[in-house]
Amino acid sequence: METLKRLYYQHIAKKKANDFTPFVKKSQRSFWGNVILGLFLLLMGVMFFFPVVFMVSNSIKPMNEMFIFPPRIIVSNPTLDNYRDFINVLANTVVPVTKSLFNSAFVVVVGSVGHIVIASLCAYPLAKYRFPGSAFFNQLIVYSLMFNATVTMIPNFLTIAGLGMLDTQWAIIIPGFASTLGLYLMKNFMEQIPDSLMEAAQIDGAGYVRIHFTIVMPVTKPALVTAFILVFQSFWTNTGDKFIYTEAKKGFAYVVGQLASGRISGVGSSYAGISAASAVIMFLVPLLVFLFMQNNVVSTMATSGMKE
Amino acid sequence: MAAAKISMKRRVQLTLRDVKRSIPLYVMIAPFMLLFAVFVVYPVLKAVWFSFTDYNVLEAANFIFLENYRKLFLDDSTFITAIKNTFIIAVIVGPGGYIMSFLLAWMINELPHKVGSVLTVIFYAPSMAGSAIISIFTMIFSNDSNGFLNAFLMNMGIIKEPVLWLSDADVVMVVVILASLWTSLGVGFLSFVAGIKGVDEAQYEAGAIDGIRNRWQELWYVTLPNMKPQLLFGAVMTITGSLSVGSIGDSLVGFPSPNYATHTIVNHLNDYGSIRMEMGYASAIAVILFLIMIVCNMLIQKLLRKVGT
Repeated sequence: METLKRLYYQHIAKKKANDFTPFVKKSQRSFWGNVILGLFLLLMGVMFFFPVVFMVSNSIKPMNEMFIFPPRIIVSNPTLDNYRDFINVLANTVVPVTKSLFNSAFVVVVGSVGHIVIASLCAYPLAKYRFPGSAFFNQLIVYSLMFNATVTMIPNFLTIAGLGMLDTQWAIIIPGFASTLGLYLMKNFMEQIPDSLMEAAQIDGAGYVRIHFTIVMPVTKPALVTAFILVFQSFWTNTGDKFIYTEAKKGFAYVVGQLASGRISGVGSSYAGISAASAVIMFLVPLLVFLFMQNNVVSTMATSGMKE
Repeated sequence: MAAAKISMKRRVQLTLRDVKRSIPLYVMIAPFMLLFAVFVVYPVLKAVWFSFTDYNVLEAANFIFLENYRKLFLDDSTFITAIKNTFIIAVIVGPGGYIMSFLLAWMINELPHKVGSVLTVIFYAPSMAGSAIISIFTMIFSNDSNGFLNAFLMNMGIIKEPVLWLSDADVVMVVVILASLWTSLGVGFLSFVAGIKGVDEAQYEAGAIDGIRNRWQELWYVTLPNMKPQLLFGAVMTITGSLSVGSIGDSLVGFPSPNYATHTIVNHLNDYGSIRMEMGYASAIAVILFLIMIVCNMLIQKLLRKVGT
């Protein structure tokens, strides 16, 4: 029986290797099961997307429809005026908007990429090797996720001040590197990598760091991407107003936040529309990153040798 | 027993040998661990120390040992309300959000890849929209007959009078729970989606040969045991998320909530930590919340070990 199974697997493996369409034989799927599944997912999808659709529909409402009560989802005269106003106001801020966009881009790119490199380097040993202290570090990381950030803010502020990072972008970037969420996510996925994969590389004489960059990282791409999206989002929405005081050093999220709350002069009553448009724009950026990344990891796990 | 005694010295030797062998591994974890120690571990230890003092940011801290904890449990009835509310929310939003995240991720995996990707984005979107979505919830649940939900229900003839969703102490809890569930498809959900995709196809084929008949059996015997790391990750996220509900209630029903109906531990903490600046007291609340989460985590880890057996 065992030999039969092995032969069967070899047969499938060969078939998979030759075939571009994967050969999958799962257990029975009943027709009605599929129908119910589809309907259920459709219903849930509508429910979950509802507030987002609402948000987008608000942003394309002309002023007179914005204040119809009860609010309507369907816009009778959709317009892009709110977006135009948004751009116009941004064009007239004291600090040019390109400057704050550049600040944000710097923080988001350096922060996210740096976090993925530093945290994944740490996640791999913690996930796959036992060494003195590893169990302790693993526990520490889980528990650190459970401590509320409000009370750690003051010690953190003092540390950042002591390191001379106040009023620089590093005050957001460097502590962001130490975000445990991304590390913990990557570590959990790395635990699933079969040992044989790394042993083979070790026999070939590869060191840990090389194994990490050539095997571990490619094989856990879905997890790296998910972690990337998470840190991206947190850097992107971080206004940094606790640490950065010079207007010219502030990021896009800060400017948009001020705009949306009507705190930038010259906006007047049209701020409700601008606010709705800015909410969509702030949301759109991580969404596009998410879509872009998701398309680039199409079943990487199945094709990259993760499977034994 | 003698062997065990001798081994003390031997154990030190062995540990030293292991440490030496693992030097490359320590080098790899060092950059993160250094930052982690400075920006996470140190502030947490500092906060735990504050919890034994009367630190209020302006004056030097005096050591008062357990006085904050005594006050919390014996003198502060609002805190007891907060604990009760937090548990009510967590008991519904925690398991509800966790099971929903998993089932939806699993169902998505049954669909063709493209459709699945679109649905993933749709389900995750409310979490990604962040605070912007809260203002939409406010429009939906608005108190008067101009609120979306009230108008809808009144048009349908289900209710006659508008329900005070955001200020009636009896219903605000329902709204906060609904809104929390709405945004509960977060990180855990994403990791489930990625984790299910990572389950080896050969395992399903083997399962089919071994006599698995339908997708439910397949779920229990093949899918779940193969994604334990993700289940664990999702559980930790759920625990921290559902026990830290607070900001949603804050922005929906205001602070403090009517008759403290949705006042949670985190609301209480923010009250003392960011409004009254009584850092010592706030830190004590954080420590208690931390301990509650650790206990929940232990219980759930025990439960998860039974999966697939």
